Formats: sequence, C-alpha cells, structure tokens
Amino acid sequence: MSQENIQDSLLRFMTCGSVDDGKSTLIGRLLFDTKTILTDTLTQIEKTSKKRGMTAVDLSLITDGLQAEREQGITIDVAYRYFSTGTRKYIIADAPGHEQYTRNMVTAASTAHLAIILIDARKGVLTQTRRHSFLAKLVGIPHIVVAINKMDLIDYDESKYKAICESYKAFAKEIKLSENRTIEFVPMSALNGDMIVDRGESIKWYKGPTLLDILEKTTADYAGKDKDFRFPVQFVCRPHASDDHNLHDYRGFMGRIESGSISVGDEITVLPSQYKSKIKSIQLGDTELKKAISEQSVTILLEDEIDISRGDMIIKSDDAIEPTKSINAMVCWLSETPMASSRTYLIRHTSRESKAKLDKIDFKVNIETLTHESISNLSMNDIAQVTFKLAQPIMADPYQNNRSTGAFIIIDESTYHTVGAGMIA
Amino acid sequence: MTKFSNLTHLDWLESEAIHILREVAGQCSNPVLLFSGGKDSLCLLRLAEKAFRPGRFPFPLLHIDTGHNYDEVIQFRDLRAKELNERLIVRSLEDSMKRGTIVLKTPDEPRNKHQSVTLLEAIAEFEFDCCIGGARRDEEKARAKERIMSFRDEFGQWDPKNQRPELWNLFNARVHKGENIRAFPISNWTEMDVWQYIERENLGLPSIYFAHKRRIVRRGGAIVPITSLTPKRDNEVVEEIMVRYRTVGDITCTAPVKSVADSVEKIIIETASTTITERGATRLDDQTSDASMEQRKKEGYF
Repeated sequence: MSQENIQDSLLRFMTCGSVDDGKSTLIGRLLFDTKTILTDTLTQIEKTSKKRGMTAVDLSLITDGLQAEREQGITIDVAYRYFSTGTRKYIIADAPGHEQYTRNMVTAASTAHLAIILIDARKGVLTQTRRHSFLAKLVGIPHIVVAINKMDLIDYDESKYKAICESYKAFAKEIKLSENRTIEFVPMSALNGDMIVDRGESIKWYKGPTLLDILEKTTADYAGKDKDFRFPVQFVCRPHASDDHNLHDYRGFMGRIESGSISVGDEITVLPSQYKSKIKSIQLGDTELKKAISEQSVTILLEDEIDISRGDMIIKSDDAIEPTKSINAMVCWLSETPMASSRTYLIRHTSRESKAKLDKIDFKVNIETLTHESISNLSMNDIAQVTFKLAQPIMADPYQNNRSTGAFIIIDESTYHTVGAGMIA
Repeated sequence: MTKFSNLTHLDWLESEAIHILREVAGQCSNPVLLFSGGKDSLCLLRLAEKAFRPGRFPFPLLHIDTGHNYDEVIQFRDLRAKELNERLIVRSLEDSMKRGTIVLKTPDEPRNKHQSVTLLEAIAEFEFDCCIGGARRDEEKARAKERIMSFRDEFGQWDPKNQRPELWNLFNARVHKGENIRAFPISNWTEMDVWQYIERENLGLPSIYFAHKRRIVRRGGAIVPITSLTPKRDNEVVEEIMVRYRTVGDITCTAPVKSVADSVEKIIIETASTTITERGATRLDDQTSDASMEQRKKEGYF
C-alpha cells in the first residue's frame, strides 16, 4: 500500500446492476451484517415489509428513502451510505440501476475507487453488465468486483459460476478492462447473506475472499495516478486589515493538493502566468508542515510576492504542463435539455471557470454495442468525444493520468445547472 | 516511516470539508454559516478556522433562534462566537410570529419546522446566496440523497427529483438572485466521525451533551425532559435519571437519552455500541411520518 496515501483508511465504492440483480438487497445486507442498521431503522422496515405482505424483512427497503421512491417502488438519483469496520470507513455511492442509468452511474463512478458489478447468476453477462463495465472503465475506476449474486437460485452450482466468470473475462479482454485495473469475482447470495460479510454455509467450494474481505484490502488509490504536483488555488488569504501587524504581509494560497506532494524549499511555477518562486511554508490550520501530500487541503506561502488568484495553478517547476484553450474530451451529457451546439457554456475545471463553445463532435459511443456513431448533437445520457474551444486557458492533464486535473463539468449559462461531465483525452 | 502514513479517515474528511468551505468562499458572493451551538455546527467552526485562519471567516454566523433553546446551548453559542471574534447574527421565530409570517396552531407546538420561515426571511433580508449547514447524510434517509451543494429555488424549496448532478470534487454553487445554495461540508461524516473529531480537536461543547441528572417522564418510548415548555402531564411519574443529549434543538422536540457518559471518550464508546439511531430516540418531530424530514426540506428547512 502506498505510504503517501491519505485515503487508505477510507474507501469509496459503488454498486452497479439492474434493479432485479439485487443491488439494494446487497447494500442492505452489507449494512445489516456490519451492524450499521440500528434497531429503530430495522423496526421501521420490518413494519413496512409486513405492510407489503412479506414474510421476511426486506433489506432493500433500507436504501429507498424518498417518498416518491417508496410510493412507486423505484429509486431516484444517487444516494450515499456509510458504514465502517474496525479498519476502514466506507462510503457507498448508491446509483439507481434503470432509468437515466448513464448519467447516474457516471456521477457515482466519479468518486469511486471500486465498483461492484452485480450479475444475476441465472442470467449471466447481460448488455447491462457490458454497459456498466464500459462506464467503469471510462470513468477510470481502478478496482472491479464482479459479484455473481442469487447463487441460491441456481443451487450454488460451481460450474455455472465458473462459466459466468469465464464469459466475463472474455468480455473484459475484448474492451481492455483489465489494463491498470484489478478484477475479482465472488459468488454470493445477498438475500441469504452468503459471502458478503459472513461466508455462510452454502458455498463451501469457494475458497476466495468474501466481498468485505476484498473491500478491506483494496488500495484506495487511482490507477495511473499522476505523481506530478498540482495545486489549483481556491482562495487567497490576505488578512492585512487585521489588528495583527505581523500579518500585514501575509499572503496564503489556499487549496487542495490534487496530486503529488510538495515540500518546503521546492521550486514552483504559477500557471498560466509562469511566475516562479519557492515554497516558504506549508500550513494546515495552525500546524506547520514540512511536506504535504495529495488530497490534503493546505495553505501555501511563497518566498516572493507574486500576484496569484483563484483559478491559477501552482506546480513544481520541473513538472511542465501547458495551459491550453482547446480540449478534446469524452463528455457525458447529463441534462434533459440537449446540448445546443451554437450556445456558449461554462466549463469548470479545478478552481477555474471558462466560457466554452463546441468545436466538433468526433463520435458518440453506442453504449449497447460499444461502437462509434456519428451525431450532430448531444442528448441526455449520450457519451461522445468532443472538442471545445475555451475563452480562458486551463491547465489540464489527460484524465487517464489525473482524475482531478483531467475532469471538468459543463454548466448551462442561463439555468446554472450542471449539464455535462467531461474527461480530457 | 514518515508521519504521512498516519493520516486517518478523519484527516480525509477534514480535508474534504475544508475544500468545500473554500469553494463556497470562492464561488459565492454572500454566504453565511448556520450556527446553533450544537455539536455539528461546532465542528463546522473548527473546520472554518482551519480553512481561513489567520484571516477572518469570509462569512458571518447565523442562528435561527426558536426561542425554545436550552440556556446552556445559547450561552455556549455566544461564548464561541466571541472567542472566534466573528460576527453572529441572530434571527428569532418570535419576530416572525410578531410579523405574522409564522402562525402557530397551538402555543406549545414544536417550532422546529417553522425555522424554515425565519431562515428564508433572513436569507432575503441579507441577500445570502449560500447557507453553510452542519447536516450529515447519515442522519436521515432523505438527507442521504442530498447534494453537498444543494440548490434551492427562490422559495427555498428542495426538489429531490431535480438536483444538480455532483461529480468528482467539482462543485457548482452558481445561483441567480433570490435562489440559494445550502452547502454541507460534513455531508460524508457520521455521528461517530463527529465525536471522534471533537475528541481529536479537543472541542468544547455545551454541558448538556454530557451525562447529567435531569427530571424526566417517559412518554411513548421517549424520555421527555420536564421543562416549562414540556411540563409533566397528569398520571405521569417524574423520575430523576442520568441523561445526555445526542442532538440539541428545539426543547419541545428534542429528547435526551439515558447515559452515564460524562466525557467525550465515554460518549464515543457509547456511540459505538448504541442500537438506536441518532434521530430515532431523540427527535420527536422526525417520527410524525416516514417522510417528515423530506417534507420539511422541500419547504426550505436546512
């Protein structure tokens, strides 16, 4: 495990699969078996289960929180759930499986280290499985767990399980899923609780880890993560008006280290101005740090007085990066209103915002067949490779190398809604 | 080994929260931090110190006072604001009642849900474009669906079916005049995380969070404190037992739990072994219906 990793004690994961694959039951089971569900919540879902005429407690009820969801028995939008074990805290991004699948999945995947792809053991690898695997690859989730669920409905048959694993592996090879990525398989019954947290009694032939074992040992790092130092400036602290005269010349550049690390004395360059200086000190609250690492929110002070504002980026002088006004990216359109190619949009990239215009659409990915199609406009759930022209330069890395400086969102200038998500090629 | 390998999930949560606070400061022109004196908002204040010191906070503090608060909490609220030397704005439900914008059905009804009215009035008065709050997604299932930057329309309404997608750590806090954002820096924290952070940062708290003797009655499974607002009813037996508060809010709808935990350390042990959710035993207003929190949020509640 990486020593310089702030996240080793926290893992974010998501579950994918269609509604009938038992996704809600799996999450319910994880929360229930890790003793996260407390008595009063349980009493409530017991009541609802009875009301609906069920004999056993329906664990899937734990995740359906909203009134409309309970009324219609559907799941709306991404929800976040939490549990922890002795060693780790977990954040589950719970994305609904059916309607609006692409945008919800991209949303949930954007913060996930790991994706659990559920397969119904009776049905094997489906279009949905292929689609979710492709999206997991696109958004760059470094760890995949293929959970072959409902083993109880195929009498825990080992040969059928193995056949599903083989067909998934063949497909994974086809879309090059295994590059920079781990893929693991677990047979399970979320309904009965086999191989989720406890091993259960029914799958004796399986000697591998349970789902929770896998979660506990997975490194919370992103594949191909760029080690270059990237520090987008979020806020400039200038308390010169305060009573404290010592603070008269204080100029703190505040932000989160998106990748890499920085030490006192390092030579830095500010982009896009190209000013150079040295790190004088690094502060976190009232603590002085000698060195700060990826994902720490810190304040940086420089040796020289230079003009830096929100939206600028501080990098180490020897990690060159070129500001650019043209970006080529895979974009997922999130809005019900299609993209208007003649309009100007806002792009938010790190702490920087720029007006942007569509330059061209290279192709759209057909999410069913994974082939490329030509289109003239983006509609909701479309995934396409496009080029934007920007009014302001941005300091970008390819998304494959850096999830933070390679990602952006598209904002509609009139409604201010977030209408698209982009990953720079 | 370098010391970096010791970074914990609390470090990560803290770093994320600081990032969110700085995004609010960077994107919004007139934000405010909702501060009640309760444990979650006290964590927010510490996070704001880490985010903005040695500068002043780029926002004032705002308390929506129901007039039904515990004295210990109000005193602590004022003390903390003074220690930090930050501006505290208080707007009270009593004033909204006088204006006639809040009309109570009965004089002793819980006032928690009416806070939305006074909050929206304060937002309009000061033209706040963002309210930073200490809500957590683990509190309640409607909260689990809440964005970190949660959009509210000009009526302060939350529309769960039409939320802005939130990807990576790219937050969108843009609003038009009259609309606002509710920003929740500790969305990803649980009750346990809050207590662990309080312990780590050695944060002070109002005394009623710790075990103390209190006169109570038992009513419908909950422990109800005997106060001038919640008097004993006929046939009820008053007991004096050791209790503490897990959440602190309007007296008429916040109940204590039985406890002997008189230190943060003991509270953490108790939190680890509790079988009841934070709101389950303590919030009488969440239990009116399965969706009462969701309903209040749609009406502008934070």
